[in-house]
Amino acid sequence: MKPLLKVEDISSFIGPFHILQGVSLEVYPGEVVVILGRNGAGKTTTLRSIIGQVPPARGQITLDGVSLLNMPTHMAVRAGIGYVPEDYGVFDLLTVEENLKLAMRQSDKATLTRRDEVLDIFPDLGIAYKRLAMTLSGGQRQMLSISRALVNDNKIILIDEPSKGLAPIIVERIQNVLMTLKKKTTIVLVEQNFALACAVGDRYYIINEGRTVLSGTVDDLIDDTALQQTHLGLVLT
Amino acid sequence: MHIFVMLLVNGLAEGALIFLMAAGLSIILGLVGVVNFAHGTLFIWGGYMSIWVFRLTASFPLALLAALATGVIMGIVFERLFVKPVYGKVTSQILITLGLMIIFTDMVRLLWGPNPIPMVRPPWLDGTWVFGQVIIARYRVFLIAVGLFVAVGINYLINKTRIGMVMRAGIQSPEMVQALGINIKLYFAAVFAGGAGLAALGGALYAPLVGSVWSGMGIDNQILAFIVVILGGMGSFYGSAVGSILIGLTSAFTAWFFPPLTAYSTLLIMVVILSLKPEGLFGLAVRK
Repeated sequence: MKPLLKVEDISSFIGPFHILQGVSLEVYPGEVVVILGRNGAGKTTTLRSIIGQVPPARGQITLDGVSLLNMPTHMAVRAGIGYVPEDYGVFDLLTVEENLKLAMRQSDKATLTRRDEVLDIFPDLGIAYKRLAMTLSGGQRQMLSISRALVNDNKIILIDEPSKGLAPIIVERIQNVLMTLKKKTTIVLVEQNFALACAVGDRYYIINEGRTVLSGTVDDLIDDTALQQTHLGLVLT
Repeated sequence: MHIFVMLLVNGLAEGALIFLMAAGLSIILGLVGVVNFAHGTLFIWGGYMSIWVFRLTASFPLALLAALATGVIMGIVFERLFVKPVYGKVTSQILITLGLMIIFTDMVRLLWGPNPIPMVRPPWLDGTWVFGQVIIARYRVFLIAVGLFVAVGINYLINKTRIGMVMRAGIQSPEMVQALGINIKLYFAAVFAGGAGLAALGGALYAPLVGSVWSGMGIDNQILAFIVVILGGMGSFYGSAVGSILIGLTSAFTAWFFPPLTAYSTLLIMVVILSLKPEGLFGLAVRK
């Protein structure tokens, strides 16, 4: 089987700083790949490089065989990527409805059906449909951010730290939603919450100091406490 | 009472003119993030082009359309060739737009000469209406009507169309708008061109009010527009609308009741508002 998303040895700079110095990963259709690593390892920059927000200086990125390299962000995303940033990226001065409308690349029947399905998954958003996004709670903002990625027929969804800053009960809801989504789409998930990453992920990549240093199945990672301690700083009691 | 009504009409008319310039300046600043010091030169070009076309065709609507088109075309050229390469570089933007202001203002002097060119009002807008002791110039009412029409149009664009949604979202985070698959840079160009068109339209409407155009009229009005943008809240369309009316009324009433203060009244009102609300009247719109 050919990988849906292939990132080959990319190198990216933010200003003068050499953030990614050789990140590679492959994502196959239908799987959830989690990207793990310590703070500042380059996980978010990897996602931003894939969609062209931080264009790689070298390396290759392909989605379904099409190169995304040198593509402006809007074109890369239109190739079939849904992006959920770590700060939610919702537009405060737009209503929930407008946030979803803005994300919808088409207004055909299929897109409207997907929007209705999203509102079924997140009933909170239906209740707050006409409200400004600035009035939403952190959990609702995360739901809106994920919803925007789901209203289009994307090939893959990139989700950056969906549990960050949220209360445990909301994290549990997000986890349940991700479990539902993994049956429908391909996901790349950056996550610091190890339990959530293990619950949702099929395979993992560990990034350290801008380089991919390890990969494997999540099941193997769960069993390997030494590896967890070495690369993720997890101390199990 | 009649003095009050006349000053009110004068102030609103002046506010409408300032609004045409300030609205574009503010939206460009809010969405595109560019402090456009070349805005005044577009005002001048609008004035000169309208006189040129008015003399050729004797049609004032055609003259206004020509000014609008000139502003839009110059806006596209400015944005694509000069401003686009320096997005995100504030110092370069200031230097480049100031350079454009100087070059294109001098170009006006080269093409039309250094002396003011007289402009008459079209007959159907000349004259006054008299209601008892109240005398109202038709042209000033026309200016208020144009300002109102443009304000309603922009309000509809911002709140009821997809373009408006992109603009409101882009003011908060252009990067995230792009991450939704929208080419925000096309909207940048459109907003820049639209703002430039409004400034040129302002120049075309200003000429019959004062009876002439001259190459220095851009900088005077640009300073007023900047004051409006700052006190209204940078990037806020509503701020520029309310701020323009406030400045227009302040100028008109001060000129009548406290003539020595006229030159300072706009600055004074800016100082008072910024002391009470440092982000400006509607400053919430900017969240960069």
